Amino acid sequence: MRPSFSIIFFTVLSGAGYGLWMLVGLTFALQWPNCVPDGNLSGVDRETVLCIVPDAITYAFGAGWLLVVSGLVASVGHLGKPLRAWRAFSQWRSSWLSREGISALLTFLPAVAMVLYAMLVSLQLSQVDVGDSFTPWIDRRVIRLLGAVLAFGSLATVYCTANIYASLKPISGWNNRFVMPIYLVLAIHGGLLLLWLLNTLPSAWVTMGEPLEARWNLVIGLGVLLFSVLGAALKLIYWKQIDRKQTTTTADAIGLASLDNVRSFEQPHTEENYLTHEMGFRIARKHSRKLRMICLSAGFAVPAILATLSLVIPGLGVAAAWVSVFSGMLGIFIERWLFFAEAKHAVMLYYGARDA
Amino acid sequence: MTSLPPPTARKLGLVIDLDTCVGCHACAVACKEWNDGGSFGPLPDADPYGAEPNGVWFNRVHSYEAGVGSGEWGVEKANASCSPTPLSPLPTPASAQSIHFPRSCLHCETPACVTVCPTGASYKRAEDGIVLVDEDKCIGCQLCAWACPYGAREFSAKRGVMQKCTLCVDRIYNETLDEADRQPACVMACPTRARHFGDLGDAESDVSKLVAERGGYALMPEFGYKPVNRYLPPRPRKDASAAKKAAIAEPIDTTQMSPLLRWVDRVLSR
Repeated sequence: MRPSFSIIFFTVLSGAGYGLWMLVGLTFALQWPNCVPDGNLSGVDRETVLCIVPDAITYAFGAGWLLVVSGLVASVGHLGKPLRAWRAFSQWRSSWLSREGISALLTFLPAVAMVLYAMLVSLQLSQVDVGDSFTPWIDRRVIRLLGAVLAFGSLATVYCTANIYASLKPISGWNNRFVMPIYLVLAIHGGLLLLWLLNTLPSAWVTMGEPLEARWNLVIGLGVLLFSVLGAALKLIYWKQIDRKQTTTTADAIGLASLDNVRSFEQPHTEENYLTHEMGFRIARKHSRKLRMICLSAGFAVPAILATLSLVIPGLGVAAAWVSVFSGMLGIFIERWLFFAEAKHAVMLYYGARDA
Repeated sequence: MTSLPPPTARKLGLVIDLDTCVGCHACAVACKEWNDGGSFGPLPDADPYGAEPNGVWFNRVHSYEAGVGSGEWGVEKANASCSPTPLSPLPTPASAQSIHFPRSCLHCETPACVTVCPTGASYKRAEDGIVLVDEDKCIGCQLCAWACPYGAREFSAKRGVMQKCTLCVDRIYNETLDEADRQPACVMACPTRARHFGDLGDAESDVSKLVAERGGYALMPEFGYKPVNRYLPPRPRKDASAAKKAAIAEPIDTTQMSPLLRWVDRVLSR
């Protein structure tokens, strides 16, 4: 299949963005707001409300917005009639693409609610003097709920994206049970790498205590390590499966398997057509081995090694995070390019392909 | 709606005879000609008279050879990457044959191209099972083309929408045409009558009888999309070399001949 850049950018960028939102949502649902006392909220002072969340998480939430929106804009660039894109929300009963659109739209609800909620809270805080006692509008339960919905919506959207491809039977490389877990794991992997980077920014933990920061560095480091290993393992199994020799032939495609040695001797058209252009992409096959190695080392090995090293040598943190993000995202881009370029479509059997 | 209608009683479709198709592309040209001006047109080409013409056709005719250049001859390997027709140094085996294979939409009973459509532009008609694209709703995401293993759908880069065979829905119900002409353009054009149109849901229809008689089959049924169109396999070829050998070995019963012919046989047999 022809690797179209609009779709690669869409799946990689929005994947990483939703990965970030899954992590942000999860932290809101489980960990923060940490400084608001349970139960009776009356009489809290301004400083207590201010430390609800480390800036690293706020940055991650913002970066998620940027990535998700730019990914979705890139996806519209793939359409022949971009202005009609709104029609894609109608067929959720049967179409994974439609489900994905709706899931993406619904996931914006908790994301927008979070922005509005933060604005409301800071509006109230701006009217209160330091040290003053007041009843804050912020409610831990609302934030927990919004966080959980954001994480779930992000997960559901990536799940739908993966199923757009995994549900297409004519493309054996996509109609594979490892495609869906790979999309989810790589989305979280990208999100973790970006969260790691944002976590090392100088202002990331200003509002929180140092012991918490150290605990977070450990969690993120171990997370990067875990998802690198998981991602690499899934890709290795997936590649092993798609490399199996396909047994379907041109003779099977035209329904005359009883004939010997059926071969195409004349194509229906002298020039390329839509089908051969879109589904007859071959360039990748030549370089696929090398690209797979680059994908594995840049995407998974480098982040795994650097994450481990920076757990042992904390001084390495900032440089390791920057290298890991660039290396890791490059690896994910190559992975996605290969996902398209290596996939073979059954229609090419009619054009005399040896396997599809 | 891209959810499928309940199974239709009428299943309009084509039966294509691979025994008589001569690969003349008349069906493809007639199709392009009709649909360029029909209700689902136009079918504009990019660079139509230039070096690399490119455009949508609803019908494509492939040509295959069978029984030539088996791997044992070592031809296949040598030519695998270049010419699809190796220049074999060996004489053409008697079992060789060519198959011309017109490929178009099969109007499947459970088509994935319809269910993957996110907009409802792609649909299957409840009344006769024809699969169509509403070009005013199509957003050009091309997912339906990816979902079709038969390559029935082609995206028009010029128009930004997906296009496909309509089974000439604007001909077959067209009351301004003579009744005899209410057939798909490809069927009307075929000079060897290799294409037949009718209701494959009706066991008593001419096309259903033809399929039963000739062992008509569906393409790649393993995908589970249940194509309606049927292909009729080529009739078995007479084995030319075997016939030749049989002729040489054929004994002549001279006792049955007249004395004159017996004498001629004796003279010629010397």
